[in-house]
Amino acid sequence: MFILDHLWIIIALPLVGSAINGLLGKNFSKTVVNSVGIGSIALAFLAFVELVREFAQLPAEQIPWVKPYFTWITAGQFKVDFSLQVDQLTIVMLGVVTFVSLLVHVYSTGYMAHEEGYYRFFSYLNLFVFFMLTLVLAANVVLMFVGWEGVGLCSYLLIGFWFLKQSAISAGKKAFITTRIGDFGFTIGILLLFWTFKSVDFGTIFKQLASAQPAAAVPTGILTTICLLLFTGAIGKSAQLPLYVWLPDAMEGPTPVSALIHAATMVTAGVYMVARMNPLFSRAPIAMFVVALIGALTAFYAATIGLVQTDIKKVLAYSTVSQLGYMFLGLGVGAYASGVFHLMTHAFFKGLLFLAAGSVIHAMGGDQEMPHMGGLRSKIPITFWTMFIATFAIAGIPGFAGFFSKDEILEAARSGPNANIWLWLLGLIGAGLTSFYMFRLIFLTFFGEPRYDEHKVHVHESPSNMTVPLILLAILATVGGWVAAPHLVGGTEYFDKFLHPVFTMYAPAAVEAPPETVEAPGMMLLHALAGYPVLIALAGLLLAWWFYIKSPQTPKKLADSLRAPYTLILHKYYVDELYNAAIIQPLLWISTNVLWHVMDEGVIDGTVNGVARVARESGSELREIQSGNARSYATWVVIGAVGVTVLMLGLWGMVR
Amino acid sequence: MSIVPISYYLVLSAILFGLAIVAFVFKRNIITIFMAIELMLNAVNLAFVAFARAHNQLDGLVFVFFVIVVAAAESAVGLAIIITLYQNRQTLNIERINLLKF
Repeated sequence: MFILDHLWIIIALPLVGSAINGLLGKNFSKTVVNSVGIGSIALAFLAFVELVREFAQLPAEQIPWVKPYFTWITAGQFKVDFSLQVDQLTIVMLGVVTFVSLLVHVYSTGYMAHEEGYYRFFSYLNLFVFFMLTLVLAANVVLMFVGWEGVGLCSYLLIGFWFLKQSAISAGKKAFITTRIGDFGFTIGILLLFWTFKSVDFGTIFKQLASAQPAAAVPTGILTTICLLLFTGAIGKSAQLPLYVWLPDAMEGPTPVSALIHAATMVTAGVYMVARMNPLFSRAPIAMFVVALIGALTAFYAATIGLVQTDIKKVLAYSTVSQLGYMFLGLGVGAYASGVFHLMTHAFFKGLLFLAAGSVIHAMGGDQEMPHMGGLRSKIPITFWTMFIATFAIAGIPGFAGFFSKDEILEAARSGPNANIWLWLLGLIGAGLTSFYMFRLIFLTFFGEPRYDEHKVHVHESPSNMTVPLILLAILATVGGWVAAPHLVGGTEYFDKFLHPVFTMYAPAAVEAPPETVEAPGMMLLHALAGYPVLIALAGLLLAWWFYIKSPQTPKKLADSLRAPYTLILHKYYVDELYNAAIIQPLLWISTNVLWHVMDEGVIDGTVNGVARVARESGSELREIQSGNARSYATWVVIGAVGVTVLMLGLWGMVR
Repeated sequence: MSIVPISYYLVLSAILFGLAIVAFVFKRNIITIFMAIELMLNAVNLAFVAFARAHNQLDGLVFVFFVIVVAAAESAVGLAIIITLYQNRQTLNIERINLLKF
């Protein structure tokens, strides 16, 4: 029970690593920086493995395992403990975070090898892992918020890692400010949560919810408001409509950062939070519908933008936005486990896609434009095969991880308790688009004739510290979904079963579970394999093959014949321009003309300068008194003496 | 033997003091001004002595000694300043010594 009693060790390790590298790393050799950076994460991962072992022996009634360490804040009723908790959901998240970040750390030693500020990069990366683990392990919503903001900070630092590049700085600021808009809602949600339940502990809140008699129950309106406010935070953090705009720009950061923070972990924090708050959301059907709606719309919308992007990382960024939409769709239709399952598989295959894209960029000498690539298949075979596998996984080709998770989500949207056929349709079309743009990426990058100048660009496979993480993730992108495989032949759903307690412990009393439809195992498999998601994924594959291998002129012709919609999508629906015109420009105008010129210059500067001017002008008048003429001084002295005498004699009555 | 009333001395002191002030303000020669200052001190001394006598106390006399001592020191310093001033400016006209200003 060592780790269970000392959960803090897991989060302390990366923090120590970050502190050592950040404070002393400047004079360290790369070997030392590597051992500190990777060592701390590796130890955290080992601690996680030990935690899983101990967790498995924990009796069910002790789950969730809450470990309070000390009281952090007390102010009247408001009491926040520094307490950590472990349940099945935490285990899943911890596994994803520690494992993927370990691989990304290893990968970074290759990718960042020639960069300035090597130690700084690893310090930030470790700090990020610290905050992410805090977020995941927190046992109350305030501590969770600390981690939530901390990962935002690290995201900002790492997007702007190349801080001499103007676009990187702007992207960092954009990410920070945009997510802050969502966090504003999140903060109010936390306050409302405390106001309603007089507590911020997950356990206390959920118990109150579950035990409340129907008469004493919290009104659904308040619950809906809380859920919507919390979801606003998730919209910002997980880049959903309408706050997704920062994520594509965040690709200015180094590629390992995109893989770890902007694909595998941080952006899924919103999904984790909604899943963690499932007892609240389950009791607020309107909020659930909003979650599902936003998710489905985002999944579809971002996928359309991904169709025409030419920057390899931008395609992946929009793909991430779209996949996060699927997770929310899953959560929103009540299939929490499926959403979290997709979170896990997505962390594997999208992390892999980004790392492989980084390897491609590395091979191309920094070029990210797909029209400049082509025919890289034989030059960088390991990168090609791993990325190929990841593409199969994300497209939902049967047998790979993404197939199981995406299929579950779409199935839940079609036939689950909160099914909605329109959301399912959006998700389904999105799945087809996903398959199309991902295979487009693969075909443009790895197939066809080389379009780069072979004399200038020396394409080479990445070193082994970059390819080994790729291979490991490729294995997981394949087998990661198999825990759900028996389900297809009528067997047990291991992942669902594992997470089951988290999502049922405080769930509202079920309205009588629908009778299990008994289906022959073989039929179910056939169903899944020949289901719409698979068909549409294959259609996307074939279409991409037709467009980019068979007749490469087609896309151009199509773009020419559909000029207006093509331009619209190419410019990302002009959303950035819209936000600029509708929000940023008015804000700038108000800031300039009201806050700056009127308030700051007029009122504040006016007051201060006015006081100074009065002093200066009266001084310049009064200085004439000091003429330098000793006689006038004497006169003043006499006048003063007479004055004082008159005062003493006359007014103060000091005459006896 | 009739005693001269204290008011006589005080009036004399005030007259002396007033004359000194008038001289101090209106005279141009620094040495004259300097003498006016001495006259003021002595006018005050006279008042002190008169009060001391009238009240039969020694405090006033003690003060007078102090004033005499300070006046002596002051005239030493003052004369030195005046000599230096004359060496530098070749004048003792107070109106031409007017650098002590803004």
